[in-house]
Amino acid sequence: MREILYREAIIEALDEEMARDDSVFLLGEDIAEFGGSYKTTVGLLEKYGAARVRNTPISEQGIIGTALGSALVGMRPVAELMYIDFSAVAMDQIVNQVAKVRYMFGGKANTSLVIRTQGGAGRSSAAQHAQSLEAWFVHVPGLKVVMPSSARDAKGLLKAAIRDDDPVFFIEHKLLYLERGAVSEEEEIIPIGVAEVKREGSDLTIVATSSMVGKSLAAAKELENEGVSCEVIDPRTLFPLDTETILGSVRKTGRLLITHEAVQRCGWGAEIAALAAKDAFDYLDAPIERVCAKETPVPFSPKLESYVIPDKDDVIAGVRGMLETV
Amino acid sequence: MIAKGLQYEGMFAELYARATGYCKGKGGSMHIADQDLGVLGANGIVGGGIPIAAGAALGLRLKGEKHVAVSFFGDGASNEGAFHEGINIAATWKLPAVFVCENNGFAESTPRADHQAVQDIADRAKAYGMPGIVVDGMEPQAVYEVAGEAIARARKGEGPTLIEAKTMRFLGHYVGDPGTAYGHDKEVGKWLKRDPIITFAEVLVKKKWLGKKSIDAIHAKVNEEMEEAIEFARKSPEPELGDAMTDIYASV
Repeated sequence: MREILYREAIIEALDEEMARDDSVFLLGEDIAEFGGSYKTTVGLLEKYGAARVRNTPISEQGIIGTALGSALVGMRPVAELMYIDFSAVAMDQIVNQVAKVRYMFGGKANTSLVIRTQGGAGRSSAAQHAQSLEAWFVHVPGLKVVMPSSARDAKGLLKAAIRDDDPVFFIEHKLLYLERGAVSEEEEIIPIGVAEVKREGSDLTIVATSSMVGKSLAAAKELENEGVSCEVIDPRTLFPLDTETILGSVRKTGRLLITHEAVQRCGWGAEIAALAAKDAFDYLDAPIERVCAKETPVPFSPKLESYVIPDKDDVIAGVRGMLETV
Repeated sequence: MIAKGLQYEGMFAELYARATGYCKGKGGSMHIADQDLGVLGANGIVGGGIPIAAGAALGLRLKGEKHVAVSFFGDGASNEGAFHEGINIAATWKLPAVFVCENNGFAESTPRADHQAVQDIADRAKAYGMPGIVVDGMEPQAVYEVAGEAIARARKGEGPTLIEAKTMRFLGHYVGDPGTAYGHDKEVGKWLKRDPIITFAEVLVKKKWLGKKSIDAIHAKVNEEMEEAIEFARKSPEPELGDAMTDIYASV
């Protein structure tokens, strides 16, 4: 199968959906001539014109509010927030408006919109351009939250998100944009709410999101040499959550390690730990472990940044620690 | 809302938190909406609806429809970031929108001089490259003309207009607010004399457009319809508990 970059997978998804449906359009900062800060909209202005590929002012709540208003009259906007950190400036529109209007107005409002953004550390972007804030959005009923870890997932899930009738908060990762992966030339829609077992194993379940999926797969490969068999699960969608895939794996392996790039406290991993503690309690052979970022803002210094962000070795250490407790 | 065709029954039922309300009892007094009639929704966040109106205008433009999006808000909202972001986007893209600020001189309890230095909020339109017009909000004909021009402008593709209607609320900020703590009670008297429901009826009689009897009949009819709607609301069923868990998503 051909291999393309994660960022190219995003472009392909946008391109195909814009070609398929005239009501799909894009808005965001520097997405037109410039092609997006991470080059995820390159070529689309030329193909679809300025009416459907819209550069906005630097006005994040304006972008989200405008996207929502257009959805209410029947469009399917894909709004880009250049960094997930900037969602903080748009929080009223995301949390109080986008997530609420369907419910608050009795179910009639059309809220088919996608908010694309990217998060994560690894480029020395410091404290305001490298956060992992996904848990904020999972916490809000009314939003769906998607976090793809591969080019194939990015394309298939973005297509599904654009076709979804609910608001989808779609979180890419800035370091994954230049990773290459196999993506079919045939159309593939990956349904929202379905996890993928990225690697099968029998001794321990690793639930990983976004950039931690690749690091976990690398860790699993090394651990295999020590005779440890890790199963790696990527939920891909944080809400709705494919609980059965996760619980099924934990019931099989008896051990659960959760890893994400967000800080640990009140992170999404706590939700997974609670899920397993309740619904797979009798199967657990060891305490649940979490491998997450240290609880600091993201530092600028590459040395400090790599210290606070979890990597493959942190996952390996976490796994070893769990096996020692038995 | 009434002018757009919303029915008293559904509105009162919503105020009474009944299943027959416009929002099935999930929205309440702050969130009446009827998407079918083009009423996209009343907002509980001050200024929150302004960028949404810009978006509705954009959507209408992209769909090639001749409708215009109109957003109503107060003087307090003109200090929110959403106001500035929303009208800037609408002006930059020349969207078919009209922004109507009903300036009643109080942002909740805070008088104008304590929350903004400008006398006229319409002046802020200049900063965004769009017309800003002050109108006497107590004069229906003046409002009608200004609004008509703004809508015509929007339809012609010339972009949005900011209309500032000077007015006054006749009651406190919420039910049970006497308005005594911040001087509203001293201010309101002179405005009550200019209540357009009274003064415009006088204009209609004076110009012989309507007789006094017809006006009395309209009042009686509206009162009767209101009573019926309140009765409808009172007799309507409350939502079922299970309704709390519906309408969160289109599908999960």
